[in-house]
Amino acid sequence: MARYIGKRLIYMFITLALIATFTFFLMKILPGSPIASADKLSPEQRAVVEARYGLDQPLPVQYFDYMFGLLQGDLGISINQFKGADVTDVILSRMGPSAQIGFQGMLLGTVLGILFGMVAALRQNTWMDYGSTIVAIIGISIPSFVFASMLQYWLGLKLDLFPVALWKDGFMSSVLPSIALAMFPLATAARFIRTEMIEVLGSDYITLAKAKGASGSEIAFKHAFRNALIPLITVLGPMAVSILTGSLVVEQIFAIPGIGEQFVKSIMVSDFSIIMGTTIFFSVFLIVIILVVDILYGVIDPRIRLSGGKS
Amino acid sequence: MKNSKILWLLGLVLVLSAFLAACGGGDDTDTGTENTDTEGTEGAEGNGGEPDSVQELNLIEGAEIPSMDSSIAEDAVAFNILNNVNEGLFRLNQENIAEPALAESEPEISEDGLTYTFKLRDANWSDGTPITANDFVYAWQRAIDPDTGSPYGPYMMAGTIKNAKEVSEGDMEVSELGITAEDDKTLVVELERPTPYFMSLMAFGTFYPLNEEFVTEQGDDYASNSETILYNGPFTLTNWDGTGLTWTMEKNAEYWDAETVQLETVNVDVVKETSTAVNLYQSGEKDRVGLSGEFAMQYAEDPEVVKELEPTLFYLKFNQERNGEETPLANENIRKAIATGFNKQDLVDVVLANGSLPANYLVPTDFTFNEAGEDFRDINGDMLPFNAEEAKTYWEKGLEEIGETEVTLELLGGDSELAGKMDAYLKEQLETNLEGLTVNLKAVPFGVRLELDEAQDYDIQNSGWGPDFQDPMTFIDLFVTGASHNLMSYSNEEFDNLVEQAKGELAQDAEGRWEAMAQAEKILVEEDAAIAPIYQRGIMSLQKPYVNNIVKHPFGGDYSYKWAYISGKE
Repeated sequence: MARYIGKRLIYMFITLALIATFTFFLMKILPGSPIASADKLSPEQRAVVEARYGLDQPLPVQYFDYMFGLLQGDLGISINQFKGADVTDVILSRMGPSAQIGFQGMLLGTVLGILFGMVAALRQNTWMDYGSTIVAIIGISIPSFVFASMLQYWLGLKLDLFPVALWKDGFMSSVLPSIALAMFPLATAARFIRTEMIEVLGSDYITLAKAKGASGSEIAFKHAFRNALIPLITVLGPMAVSILTGSLVVEQIFAIPGIGEQFVKSIMVSDFSIIMGTTIFFSVFLIVIILVVDILYGVIDPRIRLSGGKS
Repeated sequence: MKNSKILWLLGLVLVLSAFLAACGGGDDTDTGTENTDTEGTEGAEGNGGEPDSVQELNLIEGAEIPSMDSSIAEDAVAFNILNNVNEGLFRLNQENIAEPALAESEPEISEDGLTYTFKLRDANWSDGTPITANDFVYAWQRAIDPDTGSPYGPYMMAGTIKNAKEVSEGDMEVSELGITAEDDKTLVVELERPTPYFMSLMAFGTFYPLNEEFVTEQGDDYASNSETILYNGPFTLTNWDGTGLTWTMEKNAEYWDAETVQLETVNVDVVKETSTAVNLYQSGEKDRVGLSGEFAMQYAEDPEVVKELEPTLFYLKFNQERNGEETPLANENIRKAIATGFNKQDLVDVVLANGSLPANYLVPTDFTFNEAGEDFRDINGDMLPFNAEEAKTYWEKGLEEIGETEVTLELLGGDSELAGKMDAYLKEQLETNLEGLTVNLKAVPFGVRLELDEAQDYDIQNSGWGPDFQDPMTFIDLFVTGASHNLMSYSNEEFDNLVEQAKGELAQDAEGRWEAMAQAEKILVEEDAAIAPIYQRGIMSLQKPYVNNIVKHPFGGDYSYKWAYISGKE
């Protein structure tokens, strides 16, 4: 196991270096200047500002400077989004709210989704099954900006149950955005669990378990559910990354100081250091989650051997 | 099987109805940089009653603060806050006339108009230290120093303040900049050329003072959050962490004119989604919200709507030379045909619908006034207004002159929803009114448009400009031969001479100077049709009736809250 993880860590490092390199050069191809008032300045005046951020250096020099800084954990300073602010500080200050609503949304979505999926599978072709299928269809189909706007308008403005927007009332502020984010994982989990459970419930070993006289709940949880989890975990891993790293739409609608909307803005204003820093941060996150998912496979299903050795 | 079909149908109906329901509640709207000015209002609104005991104003801003460092700032949000938490030698008053602020009185001006001597009033920074002439010297030198990398320092000072250009390019020491502190309270500024609008410049953020000791002590941390800045304006900034979406302005007890300031607190939150902003306004959490797109149309007749005209002008640039070859636009009649060939009134009424005005001019209306208070706009009146008949005559003449029967032109524009609608409208109008013309639309992001502009790689460009100081010159000298905004190979010696005169020999002759600038505008817009003005931008906001006296400014910071107060909320 340790050897496996060690090997994976080396691969992770190579992957990251490749991602950093690609992003760096792709970003430099992007048109646009990181100077907001570029349309007003003369080329000479622009050169002075660019020199201040080292953008006058030849590309290879900028690249090696950046990679060298990265090795030391230095992500540089923001060029124009938060002029002069440390990129690490920007990411850390914006990560909190995104992670909170992301985690809550993920938790709520997966738990409810699993519940709905199981109920649907165990009570196939009853109103409970149809009900949970409808919820799943809605969750998949409605774009999150519509759902978020509806939550805001009805539960926030009309019924006044939660704050309309803004990140000021602690947990209460996080409720509506979390619900908005929960819809997608909820729908996904419900669909996967239902399909898998139905398949598993029809398999021979369940019949055997029933013949042994195992109780209904024992069959459902111990045998069927565990086997139905594998495909779910495969999709939940990457989904967790995308939700935890912030959603442009939900953050913008609820005016939350999250990393998702900030990242998109940094691309629009060509803030190279923020784009690089955030991309690298997201990549690390994704790679780590993928590793965790791979390890979890082995825990849930002993048939999957991680070391790749003889089984 | 039957069941699952019904199920699908039911799901579909639910989804569709959810969609329809949501359309009323909120929609995705364009939140580009142009929507950042979303707060404040004209003094005329409000109920004008007695001030309430609670003086708290709740506002929305459309974007974060990129920097609170007055040397580094270059955007609308930062300049707006700087205008309220700091102050320069002069400040725009409620009538938008620059009046002495940190300067005790009008400066003494030398005969040649090149040396200004300011006496400073007794005023303090928010930590209680007195503001001295050296604070100005330090701030201006810092803004022009190439090591600072200030965009607006060189832009505002070069050609105006003595030696600014040389210092900014590293050819001179910063100490050579034309500003000296004679003593603690006397400041002497030397200019390159007489500058009639110099006082209004002194109200601009880049020219604000900085306390040297404080700034150097903070080092890289200076202005990184609200604790690491010194204030000297009507308010102080608090509760801003440097990257967040929220901040507060609180009344500054050390401000020299604190007795005028009535607001105790201004709470600002960044909301980028117009639908969210409107919901916050409806819920009573916010007192003012900017409207854009369909929201402007939806609320146009609302009694709480406030309409403001901005001195920002949009126009078509006609590129006369592309890739080293003359374009059809090098022909004057072709240009005039296009300039008169589209209906501007319908454009602002139907397509824009945000209170904008059709423009048959370059220098905006309601922007600059002479000493008698007359609008510069009154001199020239309308030039080349829409006239389909005349456009047709120009067009036929032009085609004959260039020996073509059909012309295809590219119209370069922005990629926002509004820009797309506007350009589609222009295409339709021009192709209908000018037979044989094909307009190809090219919509690109702002950065790409700048690059194409610089490479002069377009035929017609939908472009815009907002002023940096209160003088017609901020618009007119954009188009002199070789100017960095010209980039369309327009050149007219007479026009260049008039601009030169207005900047030189006529600089101290207010009337003659205005005449020269008016004549130059006439040549540019009417005689040469070098550009085709489209519209002057208006903005629409909702504002609660208990908000009074937010003052809107034409340049620099967009709004002043110094005179604002709440009345009748309780």
